[in-house]
Amino acid sequence: MAMTQPIDTAPIDAEAAFPPFDPTYFASQLFWLAISFAVLYFLLSRFILPRIGGAIEERRDRIADDLDTAAHMRDQANETVRAYEKSQADPRARAQRVAAGAKAEADAEIAEAVREADARLDAQQAESEARIREARGAALKEVRSIAAGAAAAITERLAGLDVTAADAEKAVDAVRKG
Amino acid sequence: MADATNPIKQFEIHPIADLTIGGLNLSFTNSSYFMVVSVILVSGLLSLAMTKRALVPGRSQSVAEMLYEFVAGMIRSTAGDDGLKFFPFVFTLFAFILMGNMLGMMPYFPAPEFHGFTFTSHIIVTFALAVLVMLVVVGYGVMKNGLKFFSIFFPSGVPPVLYILVTPIEIISFLSRPVTLGGRLFANMLAGHILLKVFAGFIVMLGSVGALGVLGAVAPLVMVVALTALEFLVAFLQAYVFAVLTCIYLSDALHPGHH
Repeated sequence: MAMTQPIDTAPIDAEAAFPPFDPTYFASQLFWLAISFAVLYFLLSRFILPRIGGAIEERRDRIADDLDTAAHMRDQANETVRAYEKSQADPRARAQRVAAGAKAEADAEIAEAVREADARLDAQQAESEARIREARGAALKEVRSIAAGAAAAITERLAGLDVTAADAEKAVDAVRKG
Repeated sequence: MADATNPIKQFEIHPIADLTIGGLNLSFTNSSYFMVVSVILVSGLLSLAMTKRALVPGRSQSVAEMLYEFVAGMIRSTAGDDGLKFFPFVFTLFAFILMGNMLGMMPYFPAPEFHGFTFTSHIIVTFALAVLVMLVVVGYGVMKNGLKFFSIFFPSGVPPVLYILVTPIEIISFLSRPVTLGGRLFANMLAGHILLKVFAGFIVMLGSVGALGVLGAVAPLVMVVALTALEFLVAFLQAYVFAVLTCIYLSDALHPGHH
């Protein structure tokens, strides 16, 4: 409590001026400032800053290099993919062509076979029909001669008439027509 | 005990080793000590971070590279790519001031008298740095552009008649640059540290009053905590502002045409 009084009113070292404006040490401050600043400038500009700048530069170069390499590799990969696709495309087209050719050939063969078979069957059919017709004609002719024979035999037995085969046939014809 | 709450005490300079050359008092003081410590810390930490120089940076190397890219980006955006020839200069300024500001945030430091010290809270230091910047700007500007450098005082697109009015204003604004550049850093550091110490002093004063005082001391304590956070921001920001303005002034020297 007793202390607060003198503190509030204590004259601030009456003999000394306000220290920041006290010129006593101006020369000393300037002198040491010049030395410190010069030394710091020398150290920084000669050794430290180039070191930091060098490290940054090195990293930037390295990153740029790596990016270049990466871009180069990507191009290469793209190139490979393109080449691969091209190499794939050629055989595929050829395969397609071959398949299409084979298919066309097969189709043609099939059509040919079908046509041949049709022709053969038609011919067979025509032949068979002719044979049937012939057989029928023959059969009919035989029917006529049998009928004539039978008529002559019947006539001979019933009427005792001797009928010639030609007459009998004529009579059969007349009956069949009539 | 009066020292404990004296907000000015932290700015005092104490000689450590006396040195007089040609009648000038060039003693090695606690201010010099902090400058040397800054130099050692900046170069030491950065070197340490870069010892491995790994392709995939570790934590410390990342920070060092971030700082590098930060300053480089700052120069590129304000002075253009050709401003990068001043990269070591701007980086040194930024790192030196930043380290000085940050060291100043230590209330106690293994230093003579064991009180923290901020060499950027001394106007002679900040003013000297600002003058150095202006010397580099004028020196390089004249060397590179010759008399054309002074076209920055005759902004393009202004009717020639108005040069009577504009040119003096431009000259005044140019000449006031070192003052504002150095003054801004100095004032920020000084004011912030005084404010911190004043509120910290309230805690000590209230704490010695009694139970009620201790209770009341909570308010300034909260304030000190908040101010400390703010001061860390200011410490970084002022180093950044100093560096950015340096870049902008350097841009004048590089291209005096477009102002």
